[in-house]
Amino acid sequence: MGKKILLKHDHVSGIQGYEVYRKMGGYTSVERALKNMTPNEVTEEVKKSGLRGRGGAGFPTGLKWSFMAKPKGVKRYLVCNADESEPGTFKDRYLMSRIPHLLIEGMIASSYALGANTAYIYIRGEFFYIARILENAINEAYANGWLGKNILDSNYSLDLFVHTGAGAYICGEETALLESLEGKRGNPRIKPPFPAVKGAWDCPTVVNNVETIAAVVPIINDGGEAYSKVGIGKSTGTKLISASGHINKPGVYEIEMGITVEDFIYSDEYCGGILNGKKLKAVVAGGSSVPILPADLILKTANGKPRLMSYESLADGGFTTGTMLGSGGFIVMDETTSIVKNLWNFTRFYHHESCGQCSPCREGTAWMEKVLHKILDGQGSLTDIDLLWEIQRKIEGNTICPLGEAAAWPVASAIRHFKSEFEEYVKNPSSINDVKHYFEVNKLEMA
Amino acid sequence: MPKVTIDGKTIEVADGTTILQAARMLGKEVAPPAMCFYTNLKTSGGYCRTCLVKVSKGSDKDPRPMPKLVASCRTPIMDGMEVQNNTSPEVIDARKGVVEFLLINHPLDCPVCDQAGECHLQDLSYENGSAKTRTEFERRTFNKIEIGNKIQLHMTRCILCYRCVKVAEQITDGRVHGVINRGDHSEISTYIEEVIDNDFSGNVIDVCPVGALTDKTFRFKSRVWFTKPMSAHRTCDKCSGKVTLWYQGDEVLRTTGRKDQWGEVEEFICNTCRFDKKLTSDWTIEGPTIVDKHSVISANHYEGMIIPNELTLNDIKKLPLLEKNTDGNTEF
Ligand SMILES: Cc1cc2nc3c(=O)[nH]c(=O)nc-3n(C[C@H](O)[C@H](O)[C@H](O)COP(=O)(O)O)c2cc1C
Ligand code: SF4
Ligand code: SF4
Ligand code: FES
Repeated sequence: MGKKILLKHDHVSGIQGYEVYRKMGGYTSVERALKNMTPNEVTEEVKKSGLRGRGGAGFPTGLKWSFMAKPKGVKRYLVCNADESEPGTFKDRYLMSRIPHLLIEGMIASSYALGANTAYIYIRGEFFYIARILENAINEAYANGWLGKNILDSNYSLDLFVHTGAGAYICGEETALLESLEGKRGNPRIKPPFPAVKGAWDCPTVVNNVETIAAVVPIINDGGEAYSKVGIGKSTGTKLISASGHINKPGVYEIEMGITVEDFIYSDEYCGGILNGKKLKAVVAGGSSVPILPADLILKTANGKPRLMSYESLADGGFTTGTMLGSGGFIVMDETTSIVKNLWNFTRFYHHESCGQCSPCREGTAWMEKVLHKILDGQGSLTDIDLLWEIQRKIEGNTICPLGEAAAWPVASAIRHFKSEFEEYVKNPSSINDVKHYFEVNKLEMA
Repeated sequence: MPKVTIDGKTIEVADGTTILQAARMLGKEVAPPAMCFYTNLKTSGGYCRTCLVKVSKGSDKDPRPMPKLVASCRTPIMDGMEVQNNTSPEVIDARKGVVEFLLINHPLDCPVCDQAGECHLQDLSYENGSAKTRTEFERRTFNKIEIGNKIQLHMTRCILCYRCVKVAEQITDGRVHGVINRGDHSEISTYIEEVIDNDFSGNVIDVCPVGALTDKTFRFKSRVWFTKPMSAHRTCDKCSGKVTLWYQGDEVLRTTGRKDQWGEVEEFICNTCRFDKKLTSDWTIEGPTIVDKHSVISANHYEGMIIPNELTLNDIKKLPLLEKNTDGNTEF
């Protein structure tokens, strides 16, 4: 059995409720932090742990915390990003619905470290039932003295609120999230200034992913050094992976960073191999925005080393032959999968979710979807493939927020690794089996 | 004072100056085009991405280049920064892309658009775009919206620069319009078709870089290059009263704020001055407005003339029309 840190107790019956959670050692990190540690010491432990943000970018969490501006007399906020909307990613949902108190506990310890007396959990609108679960847990935490005024007689006070979004992917981008939290239209802000200087209501703010905040609990309990010994190189600790697609056992798995991709896909402990004994065709390893890789490149790097589940190894080879760990949304595709159809579906998503502030993303995402739709409709030409490449290239790097890149990378990587499939569709439209049927069966419409 | 070098030209500027502002101080040749930034509107800029430039050196302190192109209108300069605008093929290429994006859904109905001749999108595409389009899909269209009896919104032409939203927010006493919907479905709209009714609402027309917001009192009366711009003022209790009157013969066809060489209004004007004072007798005429000689409007341009302090209507009528001589200089 692999190492489990966050999901150690996820199958214990009643762990959703306070009593059982507390019995299993819950809230000890808050006791430790508030009674025996200064806020800076907590931050130091997080730095030592090597924890990197689990929301997608992998930015070192301790470093992010130390960037927090601390002007006197100005409020500070911690905001948990529970917007989880990246296609293929559903780990935060699992964690929050299974062990809500782990997130609450992490929020208290992290807020203490940052000197925030108000904290928010911004959760996507579709998770309204999880918002209830969290609110219940928060009420229990208040009732048991873990939230509110003068917690554990430490003089430290914290109020924690759950705020639901209205179902926009872009509100997962941290500055759009803050706009939405403030009650405005969820448009990403133009940076700088960064949230650590000017965040919620212009006050210094840290935004962290659910899994990142949950990981602070074991870091305080066992020490940053112990956490840093788990994993490999700069990919310390464990990572929650949302595994989906053509595998025998889809679900959320906690893995120790550094296991091989092959082991993750084929071992019975994790995905259990490809469904119906089919062959592996491709994997999108970190949520829909990261580059897709064909089977040979996801199992082995370009120089023949086994590919590992870690930030570094997945990125080995840059975008030419590598990809990213991203948010850990691991989508597996077998030999029957149409890369172009899948790409159309992803692109349709980004078109639908672009906030529309900046020209390249607003116009480019829509244009790419139309070109892909045209190819799938059997009307494509070879120049359309070049055009797609050009459009994504003109979006990438030229937008306000990373959604532009998130929309460009899937297109670039699909063409890079599966160009022949596009060409086949264009030259021989009958090979696009049942395209119309596919649209109808899935009740999909152009966004 | 921090120093910045743009396309090989160096200038010292005040702290907090953006790359775009510094480039404008250096002059036309190095200034990037800007479709959404507006000097007099706070938080404007960043949206259109036409002003992207390459920062090849971050500063003397941290000389690393910036990893991506940056919006020059929103990036403050650092001491020792080195920037490439027209000298960077990467910038030219990216800008060409932005222009293409701005045009794929633009109706290109210039022949019937009141903005033609003073449209920033026309200038931008002429200078940075390609002659052909690569899109073959139906263009996005919207219904026209009447915003009160003076302003019309033709959303189909809008490039979503957000300037009119900022005008409403910052210089009128209550914003009732904004952006609704997302992505390429975004549109400028009034809240439940509410009419924008405000003393300063007319300024949305001046800031609009394209023909999306037009002056209904001027609609289809003339092409702008057939009108003569004159600087004029009046005593007004709401605004500075400093305007440009656009004449055809003796008739004032429209009134706008005075624009600087970047096409930006220097001082916002009120609706009384803009819409209600259309007689020459309402105004003290200062003289012909200096218009950039590259503009089509400069067909009626009077550069080089000795301008009397105050002109009468008769003086105006006597002003000669300009001709361009062969070397492109204007002459009477
Ligand atoms: C379009 C877009 C969507 C995002 N969605 C999420 C999300 O749902 N959850 C999340 O944690 N981070 C999301 N992010 C990343 C956040 O902006 C931010 O980097 C993250 O919350 C930081 O937390 P971390 O440092 O703990 O990873 C998104 C980013 C972009 C550009
Ligand atoms: S990149 Fe897309 S989502 Fe991000 S600000 Fe620009 S238009 Fe909005
Ligand atoms: S209507 Fe004009 S000013 Fe307003 S956003 Fe559109 S282009 Fe900009
Ligand atoms: S002028 Fe800078 S982004 Fe529009």
